[in-house]
Amino acid sequence: MTGSQVKARVVSVEPVGAYFLITLDAPAIAAAVEPGQFVAVAVGGPDTAMLLRRSFALYTADPSTGRIQIVVAEHGRGTAWLVRVGAGTPLDVVGPLGRPFTLPAEPGTAVLVAGGYGSAPMFDLARRLRAAGSAVHIVVGAGSADRLFGIDEARDVADSVAVTTDDGSAGVRGLVTDAVPALLGSPGATSVYACGPMAMLRAVGEMAAVYDVPCQVAVEESMACGIGVCMTCVLPVVGVDGRSRMVRSCVEGPVFDAERVRWKDVGSLPADVVGAGAMGAH
Amino acid sequence: MNPVTIHDHECGIGEIPGTHTHDHGEAGQRVDLATTLAGVTLPNPVLTASGCSAAGRELAPFMDVSDLGAVVTKSVMLRPRSGRATPRMAETPSGMLNSIGLQGPGIDAFLEHDLPWLAERGARAVVSIAGGTVEEFAELARRLVGVPALVLLEVNISCPNVASRGQVFACDPLAAADVVRAVKAEANGVPVFAKLSPDVTDIVAIAQSCVDAGADGLSMINTLLGMLIDTETMRPVLAGVTGGLSGPAIRPVAVRCVWQVHAALPDVPILGMGGILTGLDALQFLLAGASAVSVGTAVFHDPSAPTRVLSELRAELTRRGVRRLSDVVGAAHREPQR
Ligand SMILES: Cc1cc2nc3c(=O)[nH]c(=O)nc-3n(C[C@H](O)[C@H](O)[C@H](O)COP(=O)(O)O)c2cc1C
Ligand code: FES
Repeated sequence: MTGSQVKARVVSVEPVGAYFLITLDAPAIAAAVEPGQFVAVAVGGPDTAMLLRRSFALYTADPSTGRIQIVVAEHGRGTAWLVRVGAGTPLDVVGPLGRPFTLPAEPGTAVLVAGGYGSAPMFDLARRLRAAGSAVHIVVGAGSADRLFGIDEARDVADSVAVTTDDGSAGVRGLVTDAVPALLGSPGATSVYACGPMAMLRAVGEMAAVYDVPCQVAVEESMACGIGVCMTCVLPVVGVDGRSRMVRSCVEGPVFDAERVRWKDVGSLPADVVGAGAMGAH
Repeated sequence: MNPVTIHDHECGIGEIPGTHTHDHGEAGQRVDLATTLAGVTLPNPVLTASGCSAAGRELAPFMDVSDLGAVVTKSVMLRPRSGRATPRMAETPSGMLNSIGLQGPGIDAFLEHDLPWLAERGARAVVSIAGGTVEEFAELARRLVGVPALVLLEVNISCPNVASRGQVFACDPLAAADVVRAVKAEANGVPVFAKLSPDVTDIVAIAQSCVDAGADGLSMINTLLGMLIDTETMRPVLAGVTGGLSGPAIRPVAVRCVWQVHAALPDVPILGMGGILTGLDALQFLLAGASAVSVGTAVFHDPSAPTRVLSELRAELTRRGVRRLSDVVGAAHREPQR
């Protein structure tokens, strides 16, 4: 379901490594979040010249306190404004939005792979998987140690945690995907979940396919509205009927079955996508 | 669900306590917001904009779409259309560029899934149609006439015309007239509005040409063609290279277009749009000569924008002692009485 629009007061903004952890008072949203869902936040305050909402995966949502948390990396004017808002500032937040990760029908062994702040939705997912009887192994990677988020928490919610950094400043030097095959190859991996940059999702999805393990990924497409009306957030996805369509990642995603995403065609328009022929010369 | 917005700050000029009443006007008389577009009476003048609210369904968590003057649906074509590659969007100062490329399910799916949803809710639909050829426009009109919820056809002649290599019908008075005439011939009494592009030398000439061809009214403006270059990659940001500029950045251009066309064609109803974020923005368009307005890009910023604009407009009119909406339409053209 689509979320509600609320005025969420900022409780706190805390730097965490290279990121900022923003805590918001948003009971209507906190009441109904599932892992993988996101919120769309208006930025810039009154009279802002930045019209487009910024979307963030929910890190925590606590129905008892009414609070939600997001992890924000500063990489543009909108996020620069957001990470400097004072406590008490009301933010215009819409959520929870998007299709969440789905839990396996039967308990098994889940491998969770996260790149950078892509780990944000993984902790809640890990808890729910474990509560349902699954074993959970987490792999977290980032460029450098300050870009890893939630390693200690990962140790609390998972049976094992592997850490990689590109520069070797924490964990094993290398890519997060380097650590994945060992987990998939060991007997019993029954599901894979991934969140992070597109290239990482693609690599994880392809590995899962090799080991024939179902894989769900939460994609990061740029979204203007977050609620399904603008058609900016699309990517080519194969439907149950076997035909590919340009699909909105904000409402049909952000979580997709990795095997349905046409990774190499993201950012292009494959000729066999439904309706591509109607584009003519344009 | 009862969404709460924080847009009280956007209600415009300083509030006068007790007059800024939003939905429940406490002032004695209520302003009559009804408006008439070419014989079609709408309960109020605030509509969505084509391509900015899909077919209305996604707005349901934020409003009752039947509270709006009408829902203007995303331009529909005969066949399903994939739209362009990504990136399709870029934020610009007080606006955005888009190059969606008219992604849509095609008329069959639209008739099967989208319009019935609006009809069930008692919402009014202005259906925007787009074609690559004059015949496609006519065929779309034929398919739509008589369908429940439809109150008006908006002809998006500002979309790419494949036949003339990227030109748009709305840039050529003769091509624009051909489309309008063909749609009008099929419309069977349903009013036909032509949607104009501001990217022309003389918008009045195009407007006149559409009206001469039988257009019952005009929607203006569509987006302006724009472009953004990424200075890191040194390449255009949009996959489609150029895109349509919308949002408050274009509002002065839009108000000017409405003003010029209303001055030249005062009897032709205008659906005005371009950068409306607040009730006061909507009021500018009405004063310039629009009988109703569409709220487009603002929905991306605030999904409840259309109903918020409506309640702000109601409050602003009430505050000015306006009794009937029609009293303000085109009022900026009239010299003040001394
Ligand atoms: C993402 C997007 C998609 C649009 N799609 C259409 C469309 O399908 N048909 C159309 O006539 N106008 C389309 N428009 C133009 C709007 O209807 C409107 O004319 C224009 O954006 C100016 O209004 P605004 O500033 O309130 O958005 C689109 C605009 C945007 C931003
Ligand atoms: S972000 Fe607007 S449709 Fe997905």
